[in-house]
Amino acid sequence: MLYRKINTWNNLDWWTIALYLTMIIVGWFSIYAASYDYDHVGMLEWSGRSGKQMVWMLTSLALGFLILMIESDWYDVFAFWIYFFIMTLLLITVFVATDIKGSRSWLIFGPVSLQPAEFAKFATALAVAKIMSAYRFNLLEWRNFIRLLGIIFLPMALILLQKETGSALVFLALFLVLYREGMSGFVIFSGFCAVLFFILSIRFGNVLWNNGTPLGEYVSLLFIIVVVLFLLYNDKKRKIQLNKYLLLAIAAIVFISLIVSFYVHTYKLTWVAISLIIVLIVYILFLFIKYRVKRYLLLLLFPFCSLTFLYSVNYVFNKLLEPHQKVRIEVALGLIDDPSGAGYNVNQSKIAIGSGGIFGKGYLNGTQTKLKYVPEQDTDFIFCTIGEEKGFMGSIFVLSLFLALVIRLIFLAERQKSTFYRTYGYGVAAIIFFHLAINIGMVTGITPVIGIPLPFFSYGGSSLWSFTILLFVFLRLDASRNSHL
Amino acid sequence: MNLDFDKRRKLIIIFITIIVLIYIIRLFNLQVLDNDYKTWADSNAFLKKTLYPSRGVLYDRNGKLLVYNQPAYDVMVVMRETTAFDTLAFCKAVDITITYFRKRLAEIKNKFLNPGYSSYTPQTFISQLGNKEYGILQESIYKFPGFYIQNRTVRQYNYANAAHLLGYIAQADKQDITDDSYYVRGDHIGKTGIEKSYETYLRGEKGAEILLRDARGRIKGKFEDGMSDVAPVSGKDLTLSIDIDLQAYGEELMKNKLGSIIMIQPKSGEILCMVSSPTYDPSILVGRQFSDNFTELVKNPYTPLINRAMNGTYPPGSTFKPAQSLIFLQENIILPNTSYSCIGGFPIGGHPECHGHSSPLTLIPALGTSCNAYFCWGLKALLENKKYGSRDAAMDKWRDYMVAQGFGYPLGVDLPDEKRGLIPNSQFYGKIYKDRWNALTIISIAIGQGEILTSPLQICNLATTIANRGYFYPPHVVKEIKDVSLDSLYTQPRKTGIASPNYETVVEGMRLAVTGGTCRGANIPNIAVCGKTGTAENKGKDHSIFIAFAPKDDPQVAIAVLVENGGYGANNAVPIGRLMIQKAIKGEIPESDLELEQRIKNTVILRSVIQKN
Repeated sequence: MLYRKINTWNNLDWWTIALYLTMIIVGWFSIYAASYDYDHVGMLEWSGRSGKQMVWMLTSLALGFLILMIESDWYDVFAFWIYFFIMTLLLITVFVATDIKGSRSWLIFGPVSLQPAEFAKFATALAVAKIMSAYRFNLLEWRNFIRLLGIIFLPMALILLQKETGSALVFLALFLVLYREGMSGFVIFSGFCAVLFFILSIRFGNVLWNNGTPLGEYVSLLFIIVVVLFLLYNDKKRKIQLNKYLLLAIAAIVFISLIVSFYVHTYKLTWVAISLIIVLIVYILFLFIKYRVKRYLLLLLFPFCSLTFLYSVNYVFNKLLEPHQKVRIEVALGLIDDPSGAGYNVNQSKIAIGSGGIFGKGYLNGTQTKLKYVPEQDTDFIFCTIGEEKGFMGSIFVLSLFLALVIRLIFLAERQKSTFYRTYGYGVAAIIFFHLAINIGMVTGITPVIGIPLPFFSYGGSSLWSFTILLFVFLRLDASRNSHL
Repeated sequence: MNLDFDKRRKLIIIFITIIVLIYIIRLFNLQVLDNDYKTWADSNAFLKKTLYPSRGVLYDRNGKLLVYNQPAYDVMVVMRETTAFDTLAFCKAVDITITYFRKRLAEIKNKFLNPGYSSYTPQTFISQLGNKEYGILQESIYKFPGFYIQNRTVRQYNYANAAHLLGYIAQADKQDITDDSYYVRGDHIGKTGIEKSYETYLRGEKGAEILLRDARGRIKGKFEDGMSDVAPVSGKDLTLSIDIDLQAYGEELMKNKLGSIIMIQPKSGEILCMVSSPTYDPSILVGRQFSDNFTELVKNPYTPLINRAMNGTYPPGSTFKPAQSLIFLQENIILPNTSYSCIGGFPIGGHPECHGHSSPLTLIPALGTSCNAYFCWGLKALLENKKYGSRDAAMDKWRDYMVAQGFGYPLGVDLPDEKRGLIPNSQFYGKIYKDRWNALTIISIAIGQGEILTSPLQICNLATTIANRGYFYPPHVVKEIKDVSLDSLYTQPRKTGIASPNYETVVEGMRLAVTGGTCRGANIPNIAVCGKTGTAENKGKDHSIFIAFAPKDDPQVAIAVLVENGGYGANNAVPIGRLMIQKAIKGEIPESDLELEQRIKNTVILRSVIQKN
């Protein structure tokens, strides 16, 4: 390889740096507001949260500077070493960590405690990028795909063992990277279906419609039929005329069965849907036998897996999930309404944000956050302070900052010539976006309460450090994008 | 670049943007469209604490303080908030024994004794703590979690008199709260007397302070440093027209008797005293002994809670005769020198009877001797007079005059639930006699018997109108409301429509009754008293009644005395009237009357009743 000496500072993406600085400064003011009490503590006093965060910010900047000073190739070379080191740390943590509020994820070194799980994001993103940048790497080869899954699922498993479900879920964001690099959209679609079936069967499973039809199940089954028909119809290679009639016939059957069950004789509509699916499966088998195309067998996977998943959700929900997670999911889905119990956090957070109005109550004037109605308000629920004191305008501002950052990161990733650089860049964007989506979704009551921080805003050294490392490593890589000729 | 990858990049960016847009819509919904969250936030953070105004105080007409407020301290406990604490120290601070402490706790938790018990709401542990204990407890209250001191005010009374007039206050009941949104549970409201009729003046206006409360319920100071607090406005102080010394004296005279004394200043309609016997000490209906004492009063067969002076109605008896005379004179049914004969009573039907006096006589001596026949003749002449066209028209004319003199309807006294009494009209008799009646059927109303019912206040008002020679101000007990002018009802005279020369004739008759007639007992040296006795027949022994005003030419007081079952007017009502008039005008009782005073005080006239249990 040929190298060209590049001045890092000239090639640094200052837009991203500006967004980063804006976020940590706004975040710092929010932390001061969130931890502000009527018994004031000065902004910079070490005993207060904002004072400590100032230290984290300064060390983060130092860390960022240090990262920029290191040669970009270093990350390429040491990617796997870093990954293994962090995985070892995660493993150790599982055994040595003390229990803090039910979580066993903290390593304590004297006055400083660190959460290795935070750094695993950076390490995993790096490892994923490293694997995918290998010479003649093809994602569509099963061997490669399974290796990638291993890289992603290993930290997830270790973090789940530390009882940090939220942090573990973050690694799913890396599938977005895989999609960009050629993974079939079918995987993402399956994930989407899984979540959809889960919500439908948990949320609407007990809603009986038309004297005995479980609404959630029926809608899920119809969804499966629609998807199978779409896949059949979308088969460009062998478009079969019959498909059109099949489509019409199925629509007619669904419609007539609805009418009959409502006005003539009531019966469980799910039987109709299941029969239709069986008919479709038989039809696809027939097509396979006739044309001998593997595609049709793959197509059969969808209804099979969907049905299996659909009918095992209840088992998953009741047997696999921790009771508090179950309750949180039930609250998020509106299954149980318990504002003083499990729904307390979300309810108070919605009250705090909702009471902000368009322009907010003014800095340090928020009553809900000042009076400690919102729990964890300087960490996971930091957005409440912004929503209450800065109102809708402040909320839009913060969301815009994130949108700008993520899109900027995607833009930067796309301009990389090296697969390693690009893949890593996408990893950074995906991880930050996943955090944003889950965190804001959680505080506004859209997603379940999964305790993950809002990047650059939430209080905490580990979190800020890990995001700084994540981001600045990419900035360093980006700065030397032209060095590889 | 691979086209497919380009498509994927675009899809990813679209996906991210859509998610962010969904969140923005969600936030718009939460923060801008939905107002519920703002309300919830307020109810979360703001504790609206009501600031209670102090209730207006009451003075008598001479500026003597009658009723005022005193701070009272209740020790409250929220069971849910209590944790282990030094029980002994607590008992020491509030000066109770450990046994009492345990007993109180058990009582509070006992659902039978305390049906409204909830461990979340404040319960009264000790009500009305002494000042010394309050001081000690206040300093150490922080050591006893769950306990706190609630400041209240309670009514205090300087005199043990005028209970009916003053009335009492009690917690507002459901009805009070529905009727007036000002009240919430636990508020106090005037239930009777002045406390009720002047409630809106006395109560003042509640204030509010907005406190900030954190998630654990701790108070973190005032919202905006108290900028939006509303200070309470104290209730208006009232000056009563009552002379408390006179009132006390009246109550003393009426002790062990049932009945009432009312004294009005004719020129203003101000009530100088309003005694209803039996009475009670108003201070017993305050604080924690309220319910016990109230039950006791309700059980008392002599009904001490009833203000007989305005809520009791009686046949007025002969005190009605001056009112009759005035109508006859005004309607020219008789002239002052018209004379009627009386041979031991009204001859037709032999009823009513009369006592021995010369016959025939004119109006003045008829009033002086209280001749029954004279007024029966008069009423018969009125009802049978052709100028009215019909019996009914004559009857209604008579009734209208009676109403103009203050009978038949409430006078409008500023006390609650005044009784109207009964003055029948033609329709009334038409109904009960199925239209077969004439003057003789109803002749007993001529002498204040029959269907006629009046309250002692109304007959006292009759004395007032005569003293004033034809007008009266509606009687009232409040002379002055601080900073507010009195209702115009009490400042505008009401005319009776009877010419004042007619009054002079009646005054002469009433003067004669004192100097040489039925109420010679009221003949006081140096004070020209004009009076009229009455003896009201009823189911039991006759009621003894006396009305009077004095002095004759410049009346300062008008009085009505009614002693239930006191016999002839002269027996009891007249001597009491004599003493009251002297007390009111001279300020003291002359030595010559001390013996009489003693005799009256010692008189016991209580009808036997079966004690209800």
